[in-house]
Formats: sequence, C-alpha cells, structure tokens
Amino acid sequence: MTINLAIFYVLAAFTVWAAAVVVLGKNIVRAAVALIFAFCGMAALYVLLDAEFLAAVQVLIYVGGITILLLFAIMLTSRISSPTARVINDQVLLSAVAAVGLLVALIYAAIRGIPEFPGPPRLPETAPFIGRALLTTYVLPFEAVSILLLAGMVGAIILARKE
Amino acid sequence: MITVGKLCEDFYALTAAWGIPWIVPTLVVMTVVVGVVVAYIAVAAMFLIWWERKISAHIQVRFGPMRVGGWHGWAQSIADGIKLLLKEDIIPARADKVIFALAPMVVFGASLATYVTIPWAPGLIVKDLNIGLLYMVAISSLTVVGIIMAGWSSNNKYATLGAIRSAAQAVSYEVPLVLSLLGPVMLAGTMSMGRLVEAQGGTWFGILPRWFVFPQVVAFLVYFTCALAECNRLPFDIPEAESELVAGFHIEYSGMRFAIFFLAEYANMVVVAAIATTLFLGGWRGPWLAIPGLSAEVSRGLFSLVWFQVKVYFLIFLMMWLRWTLNRLRVDQLMDFAWKVLLPIAFANLIVTGLVMTLWK
Repeated sequence: MTINLAIFYVLAAFTVWAAAVVVLGKNIVRAAVALIFAFCGMAALYVLLDAEFLAAVQVLIYVGGITILLLFAIMLTSRISSPTARVINDQVLLSAVAAVGLLVALIYAAIRGIPEFPGPPRLPETAPFIGRALLTTYVLPFEAVSILLLAGMVGAIILARKE
Repeated sequence: MITVGKLCEDFYALTAAWGIPWIVPTLVVMTVVVGVVVAYIAVAAMFLIWWERKISAHIQVRFGPMRVGGWHGWAQSIADGIKLLLKEDIIPARADKVIFALAPMVVFGASLATYVTIPWAPGLIVKDLNIGLLYMVAISSLTVVGIIMAGWSSNNKYATLGAIRSAAQAVSYEVPLVLSLLGPVMLAGTMSMGRLVEAQGGTWFGILPRWFVFPQVVAFLVYFTCALAECNRLPFDIPEAESELVAGFHIEYSGMRFAIFFLAEYANMVVVAAIATTLFLGGWRGPWLAIPGLSAEVSRGLFSLVWFQVKVYFLIFLMMWLRWTLNRLRVDQLMDFAWKVLLPIAFANLIVTGLVMTLWK
C-alpha cells in the first residue's frame, strides 16, 4: 500500500508540475506539450484508481485528439508561437483569487475530513459496465451530449467556410 | 508460454523467501522484460530495413545491398546502424532544444509501450490488460505528438509542414481505424488481446479456421488501409514525402536521434501488423506438431511463437509491397478518402455486424 502511495505522490507531483508549465509557460507550444504530459499524468492517476478504461480514453481523446488539434491550430496561426506574443491572461488577479479560494476550501475540507461515502464496487472490468450504462440507464443524456457535439461541429464548419 | 510465467513465479517465491520486498524482484523482472523487448525491436528493425531494401530492389529489378557481410548484404543494416551511432549529433541553432531532444523519446516510448499487450504465444504476453486493444490504440496515438514536437521544434518550414500534415492525417485516419477494430471486438466480446485470440479457436463451417478475417474482411481492409496511414507509409506518406518535403518532420535530425525515429517507424509497423494478426488472423493459432523430447505444452508454444511471427512478417511484406507499387495520394485525396470512403464503410460494417449478431441469436 505504501508503494502505491509513493507512486501516487510521484504522479501527482509530475501532473502538477506539467499543469504549472501549461499555465505559467511563456511559450505557447511548450505549454501545449506540457498539457500532453499533464493529461498523461491524469491518465496514470486514473489507472491507480482502477479506472483503466477512463485512462485509455483520456489518452486517446485528450492526447491523441484534442491536443493534436490544438497544436495543429497553433502551428497554423501565424506569430502566435513567436516569443514576443503575449500568452499570459490579463486577469491574473481574478484567477489568483479564485485559485486561492479553491485551495482554502480544499484544505478546509481535508482538515475537517470528508464524510465517509461508499467506494465504488471493485469491478474486474469497467468497460462493459460503462457501455451498458451509457446505452440503457443514461441513454438520454448520452444522446443529448452527442447532439450538442454535432451542433458544435456543424457550427464550426459554417464559421470556417465563408460562403 | 507457461515456462516463462513459472520462471517469474519461482523468482518471486525465491526472493520472498529471502525476505526481499516485492518491489525489488518486480523491478528486476520489468527491467529484463524491457531489455528483451528493446532487443527484439532493434533486431526486427534492422532485419526489416534490410528486407525492405531487398524487396524494393527486386520490385524495381535491382539487386539492393549485396556486399556488406557476404550473403546478399545481410549486414548492411548493422553497418548503417554503426554509422548512425558515430555521426555527429546536430541541433539546429534556432531550434527549441528541449522539445527537439524530447521528440524522438516520445515517438520511441510510445511504440515501445504498445509492445506490452502483444500476445506472442499462449500465455507469453507482458500484461494481458482487459482493455488491451484500446490501450494499444491510445498509446500509439502518442506517436503523432512526438512527430509534431519534432516538426515544430526543428524551426524548419519543411519539418513544420510535415508535422501539420501528419497531425491532420493521424486525426482523420484514427476514426475509421478504431471503428474497424470494433467489429472483431463485438464478435469476441472482449478487448483483451489474449482473449481475442482465444475467441478465434475452432473452425467456420468445419473447413476454414475460425479467424475473424472471414466474417470481418471489410473491417480488415479498412484497418489495414488506416494502419498504413498511421505508419506514414506509401501511399499515405505525405508527412515525409521525400520528393516535396525532403524528409518531412525528421529533416533536421541526424545521427542517433534520427536512428531512433527510424527504429520507431519499423517498430510501429510490427505493432500494427501484430494488432491485425491478433484481431483478424487468429494470433498465434496454427497447426503444430509435438517436437520429440519436449512436452506438448512447450512444443505448442514454440510453434505458436513461429506462427505469430510468420503472420506478422507476411503483413509487413504486404505493406512493403504496397509501398513500392502504389503512388502517393495528394493531401485532398487523402482527406476525402478517410472521411468519405473509409468512415462510411467502417460504420456500415459495424451496423451490419451488430444486426447479424442480434438476428443470429
């Protein structure tokens, strides 16, 4: 158990470091590359929580899809990757207040103790359960999200094609 | 094979008896396994490079390498490897040095990690994950990240163009690729590579081996096409089209770093061929004989090991044959082909498979 804990701390430190580079990095491509490492660290944490399916999907969708599209967009945008471009948001103060507030809330919750809630049942395989749940109990939200994404894609195509 | 697993268990039991914490033998076993896999990749890549040069030469009515090592220039790849190791490592002055150095590691790491779930023979698999297939597809998508990193950090317009093309191509072809893999997964009802092979035991109608390539021939063709694109091989090699982009994303790389890209490319070919073998061609299944002096278990394992390699290298031969026979597609043709041809076919195959499976019950 202690080795699991040690692995958790290593992974958590890695993920936080990568996320800090994403937010604080001056170079936007480096930030995007660090985002990939942050996502991989998250996936590793999911594996530690026995959520293998979620971990694989995290890597497949976020690293293999979204971040690649992000890098693609960055490379197609002229001057955005030049060192002189401003990449830090102007609302540093506001986000600092929000971040510190969240940190205080989390520390308070951790000190007070989180109420005991039953852990998820330990399943030998998560993928079949997720599949069944998505297509039976949660089929309506699943379809609603699909339609939302479809509408988003159609909107993006209309915006991209001028005529 | 059973013997390998038993060896590991004996080792664990021995170290436990000596009072060494379990993490130490686990790390030792991991290191040995990684060493074996890396050695396999290195030997396979060197063989494949030589083989590709010979095949291309014979298709073009040439001889190819004939001198180094004597018999048909078999040592050519070894000589090339030594040459690459000794070459100067050049980093362009205005390159992003960190990302430039990281890119080959990401590419090679991604292809190395996919070897975890390849079932080489019955029981001979590093880790038979429940989501083995999904894991392989997810990890191999990391290769593209490395290619983009290499292309951008080189600070070279050809490299960046190659990287952009590679990103567009990989994102497009990944969709029909994953959909085509779902056909065999539906038939077997599992994503574990080991159990996918188990599901292909027996025969169809008493004659054909029960390989998924027969009911899923459409999925197999879609997968094979997409796999060629994922490996950046002709007719889908626009990311590194040598006649227009010089070499694409790895144009600025030299020496050892270039060798790692090259190694990863051939390692990836083995991976996609291994996935195709496992899902469609019955994995390590094949006829076997009892070798005199060995138990049935061991001789079956040895035959399986050979059968798997035979199928994998047959598919790689097909990939090389296509490379030296077909023309390169244009960028727009490439995109049209993925989204307007392969994707509808993959979806239709999925729907028909589901219908047949439901009605057959």
